[in-house]
Amino acid sequence: MSLSLDDVRRIAKLARIAVSDEEIAATHTQLNRIFGLIEEMRAVDTTGIEPMAHAQDVALRLRDDAATAPNRREAFQAVAPAVENGLYLVPKVIE
Amino acid sequence: MKWEVVIGLEVHTQLTTKSKIFSPASTAFGAEPNTQTAVVDIALPGALPVMNRAAVEKAIQFGLAIGAKVNQRSIFARKNYFYPDLPKGYQISQFELPVVEGGQITINVDGVDKVINLTRAHLEEDAGKSLHGDFQHQTGIDLNRAGTPLLEIVSEPEMRSAAEAVAYAKALYSLVTWIGICDGNMQEGSFRCDVNVSVRPEGQKEFGTRREIKNLNSFRFIEQAIKYEVQWQIGEIEDGRKIQQATILFDPDTGETRMMRSKEDAHDYRYFPDPDLPPLVISNEWLERVRSELPELPVAMQVRFQQQYGIPAYDAATLTSSKALAAYYEAAVAAGADAKLASNWIMGDISATLNREEKDIDASPVSAVALAGLIKRVMDSTINNKTAKDVLKKMWEAGATDATAADVIIERDGLKQETDTGAIEAIVDAVLAANPKAIEEYRAGKEKALNSLVGQVMKGSGGKANPAMALELLKKKVG
Repeated sequence: MSLSLDDVRRIAKLARIAVSDEEIAATHTQLNRIFGLIEEMRAVDTTGIEPMAHAQDVALRLRDDAATAPNRREAFQAVAPAVENGLYLVPKVIE
Repeated sequence: MKWEVVIGLEVHTQLTTKSKIFSPASTAFGAEPNTQTAVVDIALPGALPVMNRAAVEKAIQFGLAIGAKVNQRSIFARKNYFYPDLPKGYQISQFELPVVEGGQITINVDGVDKVINLTRAHLEEDAGKSLHGDFQHQTGIDLNRAGTPLLEIVSEPEMRSAAEAVAYAKALYSLVTWIGICDGNMQEGSFRCDVNVSVRPEGQKEFGTRREIKNLNSFRFIEQAIKYEVQWQIGEIEDGRKIQQATILFDPDTGETRMMRSKEDAHDYRYFPDPDLPPLVISNEWLERVRSELPELPVAMQVRFQQQYGIPAYDAATLTSSKALAAYYEAAVAAGADAKLASNWIMGDISATLNREEKDIDASPVSAVALAGLIKRVMDSTINNKTAKDVLKKMWEAGATDATAADVIIERDGLKQETDTGAIEAIVDAVLAANPKAIEEYRAGKEKALNSLVGQVMKGSGGKANPAMALELLKKKVG
């Protein structure tokens, strides 16, 4: 499998990463090299091996249901660009 | 052309945990904006999610309650999209291997049972809230809700009408509140429905293109939105246009649906397993413990009510529509009320009054024991049915928790039914003397002619005569 230039533009758009026209070609080559690596790995026979969802063979740690987090709004909002009435303000989102 | 409607539902139920699914911040509703957030909820770099055991347990409860397969190993994935109320840029959800797969819910429409198959139910986190109206050129973001645990319950596209979709939503609602995994507060968004609707010519195998109506938070809106959408889609197709897959919103003010966004880009969520969260493993012991602690479910209780109390299926279904109502009924019967009479009173006067006052059965001013006390006086003919309704009204106004509450009112107001034949006979004689025409009609074969006379006897006795006895006497004297 290999990507087209349009695929690269689309992925960049979905990831909200600005990739200039000059960078597109280089990014395209790099991404396709990664697909090359994947193709190499695909050549390995994995019949009968259960796919792993995580690199480590461990189970999810669970915590008890207790609401212990203190209200740290002031500290959190100190680094926010715009705040009003306790709300974070962002450029208007129109649906 | 005849059209067939195809509907599937995705329901987001907020789970009743104290803290969020991946952080120790509180989930309580209605707090000041952004006061219930932890580092995970606002996505500070390096903050790691830690799973809430109670959220998992509630998902297991649901899976067992619908006879589904509870996956003992399930996987969390990142669903990637950009929106300001989702600070991480992805929602933690489950994609390839959800915690619950399959299962069934039985619905009843117009007396006919239908089994709806479920596809899956998976755990995920809620997003924050965007407040659009209050600021010029800006949107306010409240992240208190971000990270609230949700169980998204997905049905197969097996419903064929708005009525079936509403019946399914109600059955699901009743189940999740019954087992206590969701508080059911629809105004606060605890139970939100996305409805997928498509139409196809009757007999066609392939599904039509569907449109998804988002975020319906009342059963009435579900019905209105589907009905409008179905007509709209049929109109489009009949006018020669094609339906485009889309996400739409329902406007309760106009009763119409409108486009929210086209799905082309929005649907590309690029799911992948979340490297922050290893697989969720559920042990046999855990599964068995939850199974043993599960309450009696509505369907099982309905069958038991029919067998144990000898009441019709309709009564049993109504009385088991909520756990509280079922408990109220059983308490009334346990206190000595006849099973069928108790059912009639609860489904009749009690429910009607509760509805009128917009109260739940828990808030009934007349307790089950007090109601049983009243019903017992009907059973032993101390009062007739009509007087009993008046007594109930008085009990309701004053509040009645005691078994003797009805007796006190009957005694105080002198409402005891007149069973002295002599006293009623005198009234019957007077009524007959005043109505020669009715007597003639009755003798001519018009059975109903005496009914109006029973009414007059009742009136003459101040409502205290036993109507059956009055009719008996009238017939005897005329016949």
